[in-house]
Amino acid sequence: MITTSSLPLSDRLLTLVLRLCGGLAALVLGGIVVVLLVQALPFLINEGAGIWQSTWQPGQGEYGMAPMIAGSLFVSVLALVLAAPVAVLLAAWLRYFAPRLRRPVLAGVELMAGIPSVVYGLWGMLVLVPWINQWVPPGASWLAGSLVLGLMIVPLALLVTDAALGQLPLRYQRAGEALALSRVGMLRRVLLPRAAPGIVGGVVLQFGRALGETMAVLMVCGNVVQWPDSVFAPVRTLTANIALEMAYATGDHRVALFASGLLLIAVTGLLLMASWRLRGVSHG
Amino acid sequence: MQFGLRWLGGAVIVLFLVGCGESGSTLTVTGSSTIAPLMAELAERYETETGIQVDVQSGGSGRGMGDVRQGLADLGMVSRALKADEQDLDGHLIGRDGIAIIVHRDNPVRALNDDQIRAIYTGKMQRWDAGSTEGRPITVVHKAQGRSTQELFLAYFQLENSQVQPDRVIGENQQGIKAVAGDPFAIGYVSIGTAIYEADNGTAIRLLPLEGKPASLAVLAQGGYPLARELNLVTHGEMSQPVADFLAFVTRTDMADVYHDYYFLPAAE
Repeated sequence: MITTSSLPLSDRLLTLVLRLCGGLAALVLGGIVVVLLVQALPFLINEGAGIWQSTWQPGQGEYGMAPMIAGSLFVSVLALVLAAPVAVLLAAWLRYFAPRLRRPVLAGVELMAGIPSVVYGLWGMLVLVPWINQWVPPGASWLAGSLVLGLMIVPLALLVTDAALGQLPLRYQRAGEALALSRVGMLRRVLLPRAAPGIVGGVVLQFGRALGETMAVLMVCGNVVQWPDSVFAPVRTLTANIALEMAYATGDHRVALFASGLLLIAVTGLLLMASWRLRGVSHG
Repeated sequence: MQFGLRWLGGAVIVLFLVGCGESGSTLTVTGSSTIAPLMAELAERYETETGIQVDVQSGGSGRGMGDVRQGLADLGMVSRALKADEQDLDGHLIGRDGIAIIVHRDNPVRALNDDQIRAIYTGKMQRWDAGSTEGRPITVVHKAQGRSTQELFLAYFQLENSQVQPDRVIGENQQGIKAVAGDPFAIGYVSIGTAIYEADNGTAIRLLPLEGKPASLAVLAQGGYPLARELNLVTHGEMSQPVADFLAFVTRTDMADVYHDYYFLPAAE
């Protein structure tokens, strides 16, 4: 807590402005949740059970979201499974085995993290999907979505891992060297386990990002509401559903989309809390 | 640093105020993604001529009507005739278009009859002919709900949305075209105007005839194309003068070349 009484005027002003901005951000988030709740609650009370069904035909009053909830989770989980090992191994390799490459690669990775997601989506739609299509049609699929998401996650997961490893006290490394541990052994037995909470916490945060990603997923997943029978089958995620239909939806259909938005916020909130716990961050 | 921050704060406030002040002198047009590119071009010409900004946003005919009803937009773009329960809106016919069935340019199939298209979209016919396309599975590209293109397609083929077994669901025309151009075994349906425009600009798609009638502007102009539709701008309640002026501008006869550039027929033809 910053006490303001003894600070010069400019600092006091800055503190005030920053508090206003912080308060505004919290207010906007609170507002979003309130709007979603107000819009979706009557629907959830009346037809809440219906959203766990499998048929999504808003035209006929069927609002089953289960395949889309599963779609969101499936696409994000596979993306993490593909991206996390790559990011963790690459970060460890750069830090302990190729320190000279670390700076330039991290700079490139930061650039990658800054590319708008829709650009990844465009690449996925024009290159990745036709490529998978030649192999197993139709191409636009669960796998395509996970690959594009994975590519988007790798840079940030890599940066998080790098930071987690960087925060380890140097004495671990020194002690390991004094004991003549091999570098691989030290990494596997000492450094990665010690950094694991930070790494996993960061990766869980990326999972939340993957769940919320919309445009890139919309462009490559095929968007058919169904339970996928393989990774090559098209799926529709909750976010893609909102983006595809919100502009056209009226009445209950519109409210059902609000409900799915509420569902997404709830899941993301849970993930965020899990991430805090894992990283041992206290926000007291 | 503090000095910089203060300037930044000031700049943000100024931008905010400027943003608020500007909204009065512009027109907003929202709706059909089929009409949007044409309307954007017309809006640009209108701005060069009069200095009045016209903001064009695509989001489907349904949104266009909704926005106009709620007063969020001055004009709504609706790429079909108004239905009986939409008579609270005033429709202004600006042009004509049709819906074309498209396949990949390398697909040897030259024509499909209505029954075949119905069979493909309901999943009864899952593969292309063994002889011509190696019997590969058909990728059925369908539009998401609420699009007027989808409504007209379903109505023409007498299908319910729940009967359609799609492999890929897309939103805008452009997504549909990219989906078909990127998949040699796909079939889809989009606005004729958009499809001819893209095909002429080298995109790897082919327009299939419908009931033996080629999907072309000439056939459309003669009224011979079966899956034709109106392009409308809609207003709600009394029209303000700026809106009426813009409406008069987009239907002027010397704007016909803009319509032709996008392969639509202006209402006068």
